[in-house]
Amino acid sequence: MSTGAWTPPKTTKLMGWRELPAIGGYIMEPMSTTKNTTGSWRTERPVIDQDACIRCRTCWMYCPEPAILELDKPYVTKDGRRYDLTYEIDYDHCKGCGICAHECPTKAIKMVPEGAEE
Amino acid sequence: MIIVNPTGCLEVTTTIYPYTSWGVPYIHVAFENAGAVASGIEAAIKALNKNGLLKRNTRVIAIAGDGGTYDIGLQALSGMLERGHGVLYVLYDNEAYMNTGIQRSGGTPKFAKTTTMPAGTVIRGKIQKKKDIMSIVMAHHIPYAATANVAYPPIDLVNKVRKALSYLEEGPAFIHVLAPCPPGWGGFPDEKMIEIARLATETGYFPLYEWDRDRLIINPPSDMYMDKRLRKPLREFVKAQSRWSHVTDEEIKELEKDIEDFLNYLWRLSIGSGVPTPYA
Repeated sequence: MSTGAWTPPKTTKLMGWRELPAIGGYIMEPMSTTKNTTGSWRTERPVIDQDACIRCRTCWMYCPEPAILELDKPYVTKDGRRYDLTYEIDYDHCKGCGICAHECPTKAIKMVPEGAEE
Repeated sequence: MIIVNPTGCLEVTTTIYPYTSWGVPYIHVAFENAGAVASGIEAAIKALNKNGLLKRNTRVIAIAGDGGTYDIGLQALSGMLERGHGVLYVLYDNEAYMNTGIQRSGGTPKFAKTTTMPAGTVIRGKIQKKKDIMSIVMAHHIPYAATANVAYPPIDLVNKVRKALSYLEEGPAFIHVLAPCPPGWGGFPDEKMIEIARLATETGYFPLYEWDRDRLIINPPSDMYMDKRLRKPLREFVKAQSRWSHVTDEEIKELEKDIEDFLNYLWRLSIGSGVPTPYA
């Protein structure tokens, strides 16, 4: 999960009692909660200013979800700094807790009210 | 890697049938037997390796909350530590039974109000002190035990987990992690969670230390906060949370005294176990 977005499998099928293994409540498909998009829970969404971001990984480390994606996308900032990585937010799963914006050392992440213009 | 998880906030939030968030083999067990089940899995892996049916050293990690460790799971944990199974036991401590509605646990600190210990004029929240689980674990003389804080993940928490996993050949390892619970601790917005966790260490309330083969080492930044002058006032930490909103100045002084006593105890233990003093 650390680098890039993970593509979830297609379906989560509810199994009947005949199909389930002998004992216990098994869940056969790993990481199926990624299909349950919880992004609609939030009231404020974080927006990363890619030019102010210094790629320190602090938000990636503290995000409880984790909804901060570390992507292998090169990026050159306006003042000429060159980075191999780009941090983006997985809006399908971000619940808008705001820890990333609060902990960001350069204040590159802003919390924008949901529905407002960027 | 196999994860063993008793009932708790982690289980409730990650495994809602028919979904699971886990990408590794995961077993949910009853509240009291995380230690016992983890021991069984570890013994089975050892036996399969011995018979040549398995050629892989799979690690077993038990992740339990404070209710499942301090109160309900204590005897299973103690048994696991005593028998010396190579399991990493992670305790995430949010200091009450949070997902069932904030009931008092053995990990709840003094004067904190919970739904089962509400604060009034006579009873001022929880009467007793927080149970010192690390001393109980250290008394089993296991190779590795440590405390960690979610506010210090990049170096401290990550290194402690890595170190604990490297000790599993010798015996069990234990990590006690402080994890604030915004609804249960109350009074601060969600985004301040990490800040509150950091304050817990900066005020000396939750010192970071490790028990490494019978030596107690106080880790940075807590070694600095052993000096009272460098510590932040406990008031900042206490008054930021609504579970302590009723405490008076005298009660904060009492909490401060308890912390001072506990830090002195740690300091004596550290020096007594032969660790050189950083600020002699």
